[in-house]
Amino acid sequence: MSEINTNTPMEKLTIGGNIYKAGNAKEFKTGDWRSVCPVFLSEKCKQCGMCFPVCPENAIPVGEDFKRKDFNFDYCKGCGVCAKVCPFGAIEMKEEGVEK
Amino acid sequence: MSIRERLSGNEAAATAMKQINPDVVAAFPITPSTEIPQYFSTFVANGTVDTEFVAVESEHSAMSACIGSQAAGARTMTATSANGLSLMWEMIYIASSLRLPIVMSLVNRAVSGPLNIHNDHSDAMGVRDAGWIMLFSENNQEAYDNLLMAHRIAEHKDVQLPLMVCQDGFITSHSIENIELEEDDKVKAFVGKYQPEHYLLNKKEPIAVGPLDLQGYLFEHKAQQAEAMKNAKNVILEVSKDFEKTFGRKYGLFEEYKLEDAEIAIVCMNSTAGTTKFVVDELRDKGIKAGLLKIRVYRPFPGEEVAKALSHVKAVAVLDKSDSLNAIGGALFSDVTSSMFVNGVNVPTVNYVYGIGGRDTTSTQIESVYSDLQEIVKTGKVENPYRYLGLRKEEK
Repeated sequence: MSEINTNTPMEKLTIGGNIYKAGNAKEFKTGDWRSVCPVFLSEKCKQCGMCFPVCPENAIPVGEDFKRKDFNFDYCKGCGVCAKVCPFGAIEMKEEGVEK
Repeated sequence: MSIRERLSGNEAAATAMKQINPDVVAAFPITPSTEIPQYFSTFVANGTVDTEFVAVESEHSAMSACIGSQAAGARTMTATSANGLSLMWEMIYIASSLRLPIVMSLVNRAVSGPLNIHNDHSDAMGVRDAGWIMLFSENNQEAYDNLLMAHRIAEHKDVQLPLMVCQDGFITSHSIENIELEEDDKVKAFVGKYQPEHYLLNKKEPIAVGPLDLQGYLFEHKAQQAEAMKNAKNVILEVSKDFEKTFGRKYGLFEEYKLEDAEIAIVCMNSTAGTTKFVVDELRDKGIKAGLLKIRVYRPFPGEEVAKALSHVKAVAVLDKSDSLNAIGGALFSDVTSSMFVNGVNVPTVNYVYGIGGRDTTSTQIESVYSDLQEIVKTGKVENPYRYLGLRKEEK
């Protein structure tokens, strides 16, 4: 899929747009959609583990130390579900593109 | 050896399906095609076929089930008519755009309303631009033969498009006529195995079918469908040639009946061609050079070939068994005349809308078309090219 773009001639496209390579969602950077942006306030975070399972884009990375890290903004589309579930106010939603 | 039998058109279609033994049949009953899934379900119940028969709750579901099973990698068939096809309409486009070679028996019937269950071609004409290959059949034999060829055409790697085999409701579907059937093992060998390159149930290759296709891509995917439709013409000819070699019956893109030296010609489809042949023979006995061009392959439309075949005649009548209600004439008329125009064939041509809602079309009426054509040849003028045949109307 990565070789196909809007310059690809019709002869090089698969029929019906079929995708013959599984697991390609990571090539689609949904971060472009974001109009509000989560800000991770690590000093407030208790590492309770509530936020990362609810992220629809898997944009909250968890390290081998089982601690969450800052957001992956390539995929975070700013839905705000994580901020809603956080019991400690450790995620704040800010307008995208405005100085934090 | 062929087997001589006598079957109705619906029995012929069900027999073809029995011999093809598809993986899945999903269908919903609707007059006049009801008998096809009805007979077929008895083959399933008797264990004559190993098909999975999906009894669905509507035609929309029937076509949806067909799409799912064909995408999964199963050879899939269905049957419907008129309003059943109308209810499938959304999924008809999905099937062709996902390039799934589903095969359908379409038993042609008027699309209501007002409510009518008898034959005309308004159902087929409604989906003529939906990207399905459309084969028309004059009688039970052609309905059977077209179905035997259907999968090889639809599944061909250069095509991969769904295909419908049309026959006239009641006139063909419910009339018992002589037929030559082929032996089961010979049909099986001719049809061959379905071996799709990509399919959903292939655990070695997980794939996604039917993705979102926006401004950057849909245009190209539609053009691919158009290209496949152009390719279908040669594939149909190849498969028909092999069919002739195997079973002895010859098929082309259309049939030319005494057209070679004809001065006046009718173009029509399905069972009316039988009536027209009878009239052509009678006129020939009287020394009138009448001919017939019977369309078998309506989609892809063999425009160049039709124009060439009609180029030597002096007047043409195109018979449409569906009124396009567009104030300029029927769909077949538009296809034939535009094909003639772009290929530089300038023959006076007239359109007759006929047989709507199952109205009988007699040999006397067909004869009247030929005498109208003789008049056109004499005067060289076509006054009002958009006419009706067999319509009650106050004389002016």
